[in-house]
Amino acid sequence: MMKSLGSIRRSFAPWADPASKPFISFRNVTKKFGEFIAVDDLSLDVYTREFFALLGASGCGKSTLLRMLAGFEQPTSGEIILDGQNLAGIPPYRRPVNMMFQSYALFPHMTVENNIAFGLKQDGMPKADIAERVAQMLKLVKLEKFARRKPHQLSGGQRQRVALARSLAKRPKVLLLDEPLGALDKKLREETQFELMDLQQQLGLTFVVVTHDQEEAMTMADRIAVMSHGKVIQVATPAEIYEAPNSRFVADFIGDVNLFDGTVASNENGSVRLETTGGIPIRLASPERFANGAKAAAAIRPEKIRISRQPPAHAPINAAEGEIWDIGYLGDMTVFHVRLKDGKVVKASSLNAVRAVEDPLGYDQQVWISFGEDAGVVLKD
Amino acid sequence: MAKLASALVSRLVIIIPYAWLLFFFLIPFFIVFRISLSQTTVAMPPYTPVFDLAGGLAGILDKMRGFSMDNYVWLTEDVLYFNAYVSSVIIATVSTLLTLLIGYPIAYGMARAPRSLRPMLLMLVILPFWTSFLIRVYAWIAILKPEGLLNQLLITIGLIDQPLIILNTNSAIYIGIVYSYLPFMVLPIYSALEKMDHSLIEAAQDLGCPPVVAFWRVTFPLSLPGVIAGSLLVFIPAVGEFVIPDLLGGSETLMIGKTLWNEFNANRDWPVSSAVATILLLILVLPIVYFQNIQTKAENEGR
Amino acid sequence: MERWSRFNIASVVLGFGFLYLPIVLLVIFSFNESKLVTVWAGFSTKWYGELWHNQGLLDAAWVTIRVALISATCATVLGTLAALALVRYTRFRGRVLFSGMVYAPLVMPEVITGLSLLLLFVAIGLDRGFWTITLAHITFTMCFVAVVVQSRLLSFDQSIEEAALDLGATPVRTFFAITLPVIAPAVFSGWVLAFTLSLDDLVIASFTTGPGATTLPMKIYSQVRLGVTPEINAICTILIGIVAVGVLIASIVTKRREAQRERDERAAFAAIG
Repeated sequence: MMKSLGSIRRSFAPWADPASKPFISFRNVTKKFGEFIAVDDLSLDVYTREFFALLGASGCGKSTLLRMLAGFEQPTSGEIILDGQNLAGIPPYRRPVNMMFQSYALFPHMTVENNIAFGLKQDGMPKADIAERVAQMLKLVKLEKFARRKPHQLSGGQRQRVALARSLAKRPKVLLLDEPLGALDKKLREETQFELMDLQQQLGLTFVVVTHDQEEAMTMADRIAVMSHGKVIQVATPAEIYEAPNSRFVADFIGDVNLFDGTVASNENGSVRLETTGGIPIRLASPERFANGAKAAAAIRPEKIRISRQPPAHAPINAAEGEIWDIGYLGDMTVFHVRLKDGKVVKASSLNAVRAVEDPLGYDQQVWISFGEDAGVVLKD
Repeated sequence: MAKLASALVSRLVIIIPYAWLLFFFLIPFFIVFRISLSQTTVAMPPYTPVFDLAGGLAGILDKMRGFSMDNYVWLTEDVLYFNAYVSSVIIATVSTLLTLLIGYPIAYGMARAPRSLRPMLLMLVILPFWTSFLIRVYAWIAILKPEGLLNQLLITIGLIDQPLIILNTNSAIYIGIVYSYLPFMVLPIYSALEKMDHSLIEAAQDLGCPPVVAFWRVTFPLSLPGVIAGSLLVFIPAVGEFVIPDLLGGSETLMIGKTLWNEFNANRDWPVSSAVATILLLILVLPIVYFQNIQTKAENEGR
Repeated sequence: MERWSRFNIASVVLGFGFLYLPIVLLVIFSFNESKLVTVWAGFSTKWYGELWHNQGLLDAAWVTIRVALISATCATVLGTLAALALVRYTRFRGRVLFSGMVYAPLVMPEVITGLSLLLLFVAIGLDRGFWTITLAHITFTMCFVAVVVQSRLLSFDQSIEEAALDLGATPVRTFFAITLPVIAPAVFSGWVLAFTLSLDDLVIASFTTGPGATTLPMKIYSQVRLGVTPEINAICTILIGIVAVGVLIASIVTKRREAQRERDERAAFAAIG
């Protein structure tokens, strides 16, 4: 099952190949600000041409990690290796990485073309080459007409493109993006996500992006590192993170989830039987074996839960009776909150595949919720 | 190598202004204190020389024996000095309150003015600050004189028949201080009020607060940082004010800045004027430290 | 939006009347025919004419301007450095003392500053005169510059400096290519403030001056003590006029720039559609 999840996206998976060497390595990196531990003994590998996302709530250490890679912060201990070179002691202006800042950080007193040329001038590139490269970058981000404008004469989306062009102009080995789409409105953000992905493919660069927006991370990244309190909780492809979270934290952090707490009753050929506190017998497929009597939880996504008026054939296993408590109509789908006998509220969503349903489910209706054996995962407590 | 150079550069950013202020601002205070402990002589400079490093440690210790509290004793013996300190503090306090009373409504009115007018009003408050202090004080002499413009006006409209004596009294000093320091009071209060979210007042009224109560419960407490900053900006320099009491005050007006100036210029008694300055500084240390704390706090909030 | 109430209008109008009336009267009476400053006897510009023959006054004005130019320029450099030190280095030994020394001169009574600097100059055996006044003015005006520049630096988006470093500019280049151009307006207004403060100062200059160096405020002060004369009104009017013209030009320039900026922004949004 894991294997098929990994190949849902592209057939690009250097992390699964033991022979491939990581391009960026964080080795036991710790960063303290006074007493506060921002990054805690963290190790992480990123591979060439990977689109890698650091995802977490604010204050989880993701930005600090990025800033250490850029050279604005020095690790308290541990080392960062880039392309075989230890980055310790190298100031930001001598590192082969460039960053796109959350605030864009465009130089307000320079035109768009001077902003883009700034990094090239620092390298002492000949004037003609600079002009050529700037023109090329302007074309790449489709801002040819805006070369002579100053940043304040641009819209938010245009500024974002200038910031991108400026950070790409030096052809860095790695592009770091700090909340690159955070300042854009929703529609523009969605468009730009795909543009960034295309750009990364086209240029063949390694991207490391920091974001707190899980949709953004899921859409763009080859792999996501979910961070919390300075530690990486799980590193995996978006599909694995969503379908096979390794902990309650990840299951809860990414998307919506129903957690059924209980104790392990038995293990039988690749599946686990769970007796929940609410009295529902649950059986889920699990590659991992659990000790009988151990505390565990079943994590099931709302869209994997079916609602029916009649009890399913496999009842009472993976099924429970309840009443409809709340209905949220979202257009493309409808979210039902079903209150079980013991008072637990379960979220179930169904796609609105047709425009009108005959005899739709209504409030207070008695229904059954149910799910298959491969609908979720069993998580250690 | 480059790293070393840039570290040195970043150190210099601190070291140059630091050294300058240490040498030209802090050390002079110690010299003032030193000289306040020495004897007056009729020479140039008019005090017994103090530091003579040639004598080495023994020489310095020997000199220390020569330190005298005579000047301070002198200050306590002559009631004139004590009165001058007390009346400086009183005059400064009264003027600060008057400035607040006049400045607050101006700041409030400015903060409530239409948004488009505010930059112009702000500039009009700052503008007098650019013109000479001396000129602004001088302008009042012609107005307050017995035969001056104010009396002419009051007599013409028949409000009085004898000219009021204002010039060379404490009233003239109050007017002078209020007038000269008004912008210092208005600006911090204005910026505190201007920052304030008007919906707070609306919320208070929505919750049943009449406008006057809303002002005292919401607006005024929120403008307090501005009020305190403004009051300190007026009070501290006013205590040591010299030009205003000298030009507008009378001969019987005692203010410590004037006393210091006279000791220094007329009596050429440098040790005594140093002692006067030392005590003045002691009086002002608390308000100055408090002012600095406010500034530092504002600086940290700005981060 | 709340209406501008009558009470508020009245406070502002009366307040500004109080601030400006004395200055207006002073200017009016500088054009008085009579020697008596308070009795109007007809329009005349003769007092202005007499100023040009007062060599002492012209010399004093020249000294004052030179002191102000030199001290404002040095104070701007030192004050900008001090502001950078305060904003950019939150932790260094003696920072509390340093920030204390920057803020204290803002409120320190001038008599204390003047006396202490004089005693310093005597103690180190410096000849008093033009240069001691200049040094004294640098010291007290640099703190005002520091405060003005500091408030600009606090609202400065530091990520643009990081962006410059990230793109390969060394810290020193970053300062000159990015930081300085962006804070330049604040540095300039710091300079103007230092210049006018120096132009204005009577007390500190009186303490630290020596033979041969008389500044304009000292000259005016010695004449004011003898009484009010239309001649002084005339000097004062000229000084006020210079300031008023300077401020007017500065405000027109900034207004124009803002209007240009607004037009640009409108054009940009129009282009987006």
